Amino acid sequence: MKKLSKMFMALTVVGALLAGCGSNAATPSQPQQQSGGTQTPAPESNSGNAGAETTSNEPITAVGSTAMQPLVEQVAKDFMAKNPGLQIQVQGGGSGTGLSQVSSGAATIGNSDIFAEEKKDIPANELVDHKVAVVGMAAVVNPQIGIDNLSKQQLIDIFSGKITNWKEVGGPDTKVTLVNRPKSSGTRATFSKFALDGTEEAEGITEDSSGTVRKIIAETPGAIGYLALSYINDSVKALKLDGVEANGENIATNQYPVWAYQHMYTKGEPTGSAKAFLEYILTDEVQKTAVKDLGFLPITEMKVDRAADGTIKQK
Amino acid sequence: MTHRTDTPSQSGIARKMLTSNKRQWTENVTGRLIATVCAALLIIVVLSITYFIASKGLSTFFVNGISITEFLSQVKWDPEGEPAVYGVFPFILGSFLVTTLAALIAAPLGIGAAIFMIELYPNFGKKVLKPVIELLVGIPSVVYGYVGLTLLVPFIREQFDVLGFSLLAGGLVLALMILPTITSVAADAISAVPQDLRNASLALGATRWQTIWNVVLHSSLPGCLTAIVLGMARAFGEALAVQMVIGNTTKLPGSLLDPISTLTSGITLNMGNTIQGTPYNNALWSMALLLLLMSFVFIMILRIIGRKGLVNK
Repeated sequence: MKKLSKMFMALTVVGALLAGCGSNAATPSQPQQQSGGTQTPAPESNSGNAGAETTSNEPITAVGSTAMQPLVEQVAKDFMAKNPGLQIQVQGGGSGTGLSQVSSGAATIGNSDIFAEEKKDIPANELVDHKVAVVGMAAVVNPQIGIDNLSKQQLIDIFSGKITNWKEVGGPDTKVTLVNRPKSSGTRATFSKFALDGTEEAEGITEDSSGTVRKIIAETPGAIGYLALSYINDSVKALKLDGVEANGENIATNQYPVWAYQHMYTKGEPTGSAKAFLEYILTDEVQKTAVKDLGFLPITEMKVDRAADGTIKQK
Repeated sequence: MTHRTDTPSQSGIARKMLTSNKRQWTENVTGRLIATVCAALLIIVVLSITYFIASKGLSTFFVNGISITEFLSQVKWDPEGEPAVYGVFPFILGSFLVTTLAALIAAPLGIGAAIFMIELYPNFGKKVLKPVIELLVGIPSVVYGYVGLTLLVPFIREQFDVLGFSLLAGGLVLALMILPTITSVAADAISAVPQDLRNASLALGATRWQTIWNVVLHSSLPGCLTAIVLGMARAFGEALAVQMVIGNTTKLPGSLLDPISTLTSGITLNMGNTIQGTPYNNALWSMALLLLLMSFVFIMILRIIGRKGLVNK
């Protein structure tokens, strides 16, 4: 009997802990919203839209892409410093979460590294796209392979599993190990669309976080994967594609085609503080400093325009 | 509530206890109220979580029209393909394989350590081993995962000339994680065996080892099984540590050294990138529902073991 009651007690305690966690997780968003709502009116925002209505101090929530999170957080911090009293809350959760939260109205801004049109079941026509930066991606390999260039066909053959040994493309006799992103990932979608011409990737190790992908590629002989340029360091080797290096200049002219916009979607045209915030991100002040410092490419320097279906137009 | 002492030695106190006291009455009522509210809240939370996961998870089958048998048995997982295929069998298999592997490694080690701690060197066990094991319980799972990724995966890669990310790596990391749980619960079970039983066995001429094997282990068997099932329940639900070392491929593994996916890693890798309400997202909820059902099964097994243990005594 004693044992049974002991066990029951243990279960109860576990349950109570679980319940505690559950309610904790649900609460944080509330107080912040309240504190934002009850805030005393702030001095007029200095971003030019004088005559700001009462809505201009409404707290902004920007949810979505974890790749964009550092950038949006940095810019939000600067913007809040300039506009005391304004609350901007930046959350991760992934591009899919961002798009669905903004289209349901739960978030003011949805951060996404893919076009809303590319995700099924998102009412893309209700959303307004604000492209705020560009991120380049490159195929990266373990430095021991000693290769620094692959043709597109070679890359396709490697990622589709046709080439399984590095000696077939002029490297050492080492087995190819693919490091993929999950099927739902925006990075994977971009890479497969522009570097692999839409070829289905073969099965490989799958990891979500860029840091882990880099660590695995750096430590596994024969590993190949892909990373945003901001994540590439000396521990891995970024490959040229058809002899073109992945850098700002080549991406600006689309000579290097593997890049993606960083989108901030709003439901309908933005108003009040959200509008001011999105305008602020596009100023030279932000584009030349925060955007570049965090490894993104300024949208203002792009010489081409890419539509959701991938067609390129000269600006 | 109506506890009274039967020794009215000091009449003052007795009178005080027998006459109704308003303050005590309010204390009693509020105390009971608080406890009831806590219990009710707990039940509501558990029920609503279950309802929420079930409604999301079942809509895969009833709203999106994916057949349950195909969902459970197909080996192809391609939710973004045309047509989309939702086969979660590789995930289910992965979850069961790593959990079993972890239990196979951790159970003998854990019960062995418990015997050492209680039967062989009780002083050392209580002063050194027990605190160390309690410390191990507190290490966050991400740390286990990171250690596995940094040490275990390269080790397996060099030893066997394979990728390193594997079923074996996942099983070993999980075994390490559940070892403290198994050890401490098994130790409690073994120390609950009455000393009389040991004395009787020794008096009959049994050696110390015969006593431990035939008497102590035998009578603490339900407790040791509980320890193993508790460990397996933790291993089955663990996401982060496993995800970091297991490779997450949806191909069926050919050996212990091949990478694989688990239900938990499948969910964590894809949840943030999928849109709520889409079949893809719902399929992930169905996987969460499977996990929930499995934890119910584990709890039921625990209950059954507990009851059997009672009957044996």
